[in-house]
Amino acid sequence: MELDAGLTAWMLVSASLVLLMTPGLALFYGGMVRGKSVLNMMMMSFGAMGVVGVVYVLWGWSMSYGTQSVGGLFANPLEQFGLGGGEVFAEDGTAVIADGLPVIVDVGFQATFAIITVALISGAIADRAKFGTWMVFTALWVTLAFFPMAHMVWGGGLLSDEGPFASIAEPVDFAGGTVVHINAGMAALVLALVVGRRKGFGKEPMRPHNLPLVMLGAALLWFGWFGFNAGSAYGADGLAGLAWVNTSTAASAGILGWLITEKIRDGHATSLGAASGVVAGLVAITPAAGALSPVGAAALGLVAGAVSALAVGLKYRFGYDDSLDVVGVHLVAGLVGTVLIGFLATDGGLFYGGSVNLLVVQALIALVAMVLSGAVTLVIALALKATMGWRVSEDAEVGGIDLAVHGEGAYETIGGRVVDSRTSLPTAPAAPAPATRTTTEVK
Amino acid sequence: MTKLVTGIIQPHRLDDVKSALEAFGVRGMTVSEASGYGRQRGHTEVYRGAEYTVDLVPKVRIEVLVADEDAPSVTKVIVGAAQTGKIGDGKVWVVPVEDVARVRTGEHGIDAL
Repeated sequence: MELDAGLTAWMLVSASLVLLMTPGLALFYGGMVRGKSVLNMMMMSFGAMGVVGVVYVLWGWSMSYGTQSVGGLFANPLEQFGLGGGEVFAEDGTAVIADGLPVIVDVGFQATFAIITVALISGAIADRAKFGTWMVFTALWVTLAFFPMAHMVWGGGLLSDEGPFASIAEPVDFAGGTVVHINAGMAALVLALVVGRRKGFGKEPMRPHNLPLVMLGAALLWFGWFGFNAGSAYGADGLAGLAWVNTSTAASAGILGWLITEKIRDGHATSLGAASGVVAGLVAITPAAGALSPVGAAALGLVAGAVSALAVGLKYRFGYDDSLDVVGVHLVAGLVGTVLIGFLATDGGLFYGGSVNLLVVQALIALVAMVLSGAVTLVIALALKATMGWRVSEDAEVGGIDLAVHGEGAYETIGGRVVDSRTSLPTAPAAPAPATRTTTEVK
Repeated sequence: MTKLVTGIIQPHRLDDVKSALEAFGVRGMTVSEASGYGRQRGHTEVYRGAEYTVDLVPKVRIEVLVADEDAPSVTKVIVGAAQTGKIGDGKVWVVPVEDVARVRTGEHGIDAL
């Protein structure tokens, strides 16, 4: 098959854009926590980049898009382990090209989705989780929850247009409403429940320590999302253009939906609300980016922003500490986007003269995704709780997890001196230097 | 003998207070960020619907060492320049200082000012 240079170039750009979303998320989340735990918050994203980026080329691609499907649930992780097996590279080492695109480019693009999905979950357990446990969780969760879901929805599995639901109507998940957002949002809910509340939750103020950081993060997420959604068109064409416009329109409408809601409820239109509205709109349009008209995208974004703004309060009512509202934003807006496709899709949506079938199928795949993600996450989270444990010590949590776990602080404080001989400069041979004084002793 | 004049003022009045002190002839001062409240109490902040009362509000602390006889005038200068007439303008107080030393020269007392 011949290479499509335009498509290949666009997909390489898209993959790079989506990868940028995870550091963007680190900023978005990092600004929302207190100053004593911003590094740990950002490290959970960077940790996910470390683990998932490696795991993906080892068995992630094979489990998601391998040809040997196990009951439509996941594909054989060994078939293309390490990208071998002849589907990515031919025997002579040249890149295999499918539909004009080298498969290796698709591997890169898909890996970035796996990374951001895992990183999204971290916002639910801010300020209190052992870093080692989180790192092990990322490997287990991406393997047992993300790769199977990617296979089911996009790899020709149970929830795809080749699965059993397709006889009612073909399920629509353009860029990851189920695989990414419902999956991560549900995992966040379960993890928040298993890990437990932060000390002082609901009693002590836990204000965002740096809102400009949050807004910068939201801006980078918006920018990267063009790769996420328009890249998911798998073409440098009109569909990509539609997805681009729908994505941006929904983000804009998400701002409006959130701000109007909080202005009425709380009396102020806040910067945190605007940044959150961007993300809610983007989450909702993700499954729908190729299926809606731009006006439909605006309506969807508006609803998502408003509903998410209301949903973030649920954690106080039910008493779970989803610290940075991964549930309220990603699960809720993910559900809004996935289900409203049943009304708003220009092809088959109820508002466009379609039957109820699409709506039913969309609700079904959302439900299945929730149940699967919730069950798998619960098993992993409880297993880790029983073995490694999730929580840092109370002292570490109160004093600040950055210092306790990473041995660093984000912001400069007065004082400090060099105590490590590896980094101290050799002392000048001052004339009356005591004979016993050497740099190696300064420990 | 010397006195320490300490003023807690609204941050946005700092430039005016500084200029007024310089015009009066004060040659040095120490300024630091502070937080606190008086009758003003605090304000409310809302983050994603979670409402917090923030009762410590940002203030600036300005400290000037002066000769005994200058203390009332310096106090007056600070009050005059910092005043807006609204609740939250701050406080100025004066305390006696037993000794002052200039680090560079080791001079003491009034010579160190």
